[in-house]
Amino acid sequence: MLTIKNYKKAESLEEAWQLNQQRGSRILGGMLWMKMGKGNVQTAIDLSGLGLADIEETEEEFRIGAMVTLRQLEIHPGLSAYTKGAMKEALRHIVGVQFRNLATAGGSIFGRFGFSDVLTMFLAMDSYVELYQGGLVSMAQFARGGYERDVLVQILVKKRPMLFHYESVRNSQTDFPVLTCCGALDPDEGQYRFAIGARPGRAIIIEDKEHILAGGITEKQAEDFGVYAAGQTPTGSNMRGSAQYRSHLVKVLTARAALELNKGDL
Amino acid sequence: MLVNIILNEKKISADVEPDLLLIDFVREQGCLSVKRGCETSNCGLCTVFLEDRPVLSCSVLAVRADGKRVTTLEGLKEEAEEFGAFIADQGAEQCGFCNPGFVMNALALFRENPDPSEEEIREYLAGNLCRCSGYEGQLRGIQAYLEWKKSNRV
Repeated sequence: MLTIKNYKKAESLEEAWQLNQQRGSRILGGMLWMKMGKGNVQTAIDLSGLGLADIEETEEEFRIGAMVTLRQLEIHPGLSAYTKGAMKEALRHIVGVQFRNLATAGGSIFGRFGFSDVLTMFLAMDSYVELYQGGLVSMAQFARGGYERDVLVQILVKKRPMLFHYESVRNSQTDFPVLTCCGALDPDEGQYRFAIGARPGRAIIIEDKEHILAGGITEKQAEDFGVYAAGQTPTGSNMRGSAQYRSHLVKVLTARAALELNKGDL
Repeated sequence: MLVNIILNEKKISADVEPDLLLIDFVREQGCLSVKRGCETSNCGLCTVFLEDRPVLSCSVLAVRADGKRVTTLEGLKEEAEEFGAFIADQGAEQCGFCNPGFVMNALALFRENPDPSEEEIREYLAGNLCRCSGYEGQLRGIQAYLEWKKSNRV
């Protein structure tokens, strides 16, 4: 059971950061994962009074406040248009609407959970995390990092013209994924990248370094890339699937995503 | 901590512990329709509206509802009875334990999307688990209710 001794709705980012330097402090996101754990929280810090619950869209980027919910991400018309529906596909399988009305973008990304559809999706995009002290950090760098005592303020997504395709495999609806995969294609440069998560470790990026997918894709090329991607992706076993099964899924999902991206008009 | 929560349109001031969950708060206030099913934020039984959005009250701190409107099935009696009759007509449920959370989320769906497709219904209600049924009766009940609503509108 989780116990909380003090609750503080932060009045500024500075105050949130200061409180978070104390041992036993935790910043609250949607609190869904945190509540599943045991432990004693000395001070629970709530960022919900700091105006971080909006998605702002400009010509160049999306600015997503830390307290934006997964449901907001899922139904945002701009994000939906930019990701060609991949954002919605990434989120719609996560438990249920009531859950996604609580779970936050900031909490999902900060947690860097292995099972995270959210991290998989954001890794595939040209995205950044803004930390109160640490400033802008690329999502790839942040995804590899440790649990610092900084405050995640917002997430930025650059609107680089790209195509996305999201796939995940679940043993049953609304469960944690056995594997997640988001393919991304920069059509101008012809470059493909694939974020692969629930390995079951944290999502990583696999790039087409051997140019297997260069110059249009045939089924054969997609399959060859799948084999390559499976070789590059470390997988492990847990109650949802074996490493061998996951490696097979990497092969299938990356090939499938590559073929979908190659169609161009997702 | 002192909180002011508008529960089913009634303002309630209470002194609560920082880790009191909203589900326990509303149950203490007599809203016993709100049930704890799974303890893992998965089953949807504890669904309430927080500022009109359906949320899992087992996963929200009561202090976070300070200054906000919370609605439970008790506050939606007419709407719930009207819809619930269609579920009963199908004999959709056996034990009925999941019913309040299911009805709450179905009402949230109808407010957000008054004319949902079968796929949209399934997707919106995927977070409401029922362990007696196969959901087919509930689906028929929802569709019959929506048809009835439509014919009433004309």
